Amino acid sequence: MARMKFICDAERCIECNGCVTACKAENDVPWGVNRRRVVTLNDGVAGEKSISVACMHCSDAPCMAVCPVNCFYRTDEGVVLHDKDICIGCGYCSYACPFGAPQFPSNGNFGLRGKMDKCTFCAGGPEVNGSEAENEKYGRNRLSEGKLPACAEMCSTKALLGGDGDVVADIFRTRVLNRGKGSEVWGWGTAYGKPVQSGAAEVKK
Amino acid sequence: MKAGGLQLVAVMAAMLTLSACGERAQRLDGSAKSWDAPAWSVSAAANPAFTAPGWKAGDKTSWQEQMRRRNQAQNDYVR
Repeated sequence: MARMKFICDAERCIECNGCVTACKAENDVPWGVNRRRVVTLNDGVAGEKSISVACMHCSDAPCMAVCPVNCFYRTDEGVVLHDKDICIGCGYCSYACPFGAPQFPSNGNFGLRGKMDKCTFCAGGPEVNGSEAENEKYGRNRLSEGKLPACAEMCSTKALLGGDGDVVADIFRTRVLNRGKGSEVWGWGTAYGKPVQSGAAEVKK
Repeated sequence: MKAGGLQLVAVMAAMLTLSACGERAQRLDGSAKSWDAPAWSVSAAANPAFTAPGWKAGDKTSWQEQMRRRNQAQNDYVR
């Protein structure tokens, strides 16, 4: 079974914010909510690096662990989703998340905190797949349409990769080995290991 | 008798010491709730116009193959 993951290649990201725009448009995300955003380190300094960040769909998600109403669940593909009908908007998940993924829309004149909203890996929510109710609450369910998340599929430099963790890691590994730089980094072997041949084609010489 | 008792204590001490060395299961089951239908399932509410061509709704293997194909579309080295 696939385990869905995102990887962002900081060497390729050009901070175009195309992924942010794609996410906003595809899921009709309201003002003030950013399911995905681009973070730049050393902005304005030569050699600055950008990375696109959203929910990482953790295997042992801290948001899931701290939720007092247990509104989170994980799909068979490893996508962490939540049920907005159960969410009470307490914000615990946002404190627990190391990536700042949970977002809270402001409601009404006094900016009351609404129910939590986050990246769904374009997999919708617990409502019937592709239904209007699902679309209104969580956005498009692209996985059930046989597609991958809009942010990754439309990334112009293919910095952001999304899909089966093994395949995505294979693509990234091939890229770094061809680039000739990156695999010397501490922890590389632990993170990406050896190729698993999960459908990746041979590298063209 | 005394030696047997000592042996028992030694075994229990060894078990207690090694109990922290156990590995917790890291499988993804247990937390998956059944209230969401699988991504490959047929949904009457879905508009077929949005479904990507090349796979058959309801067929898990076909969906997985489709995901693999879409994944490789992100790989510049196979274009």
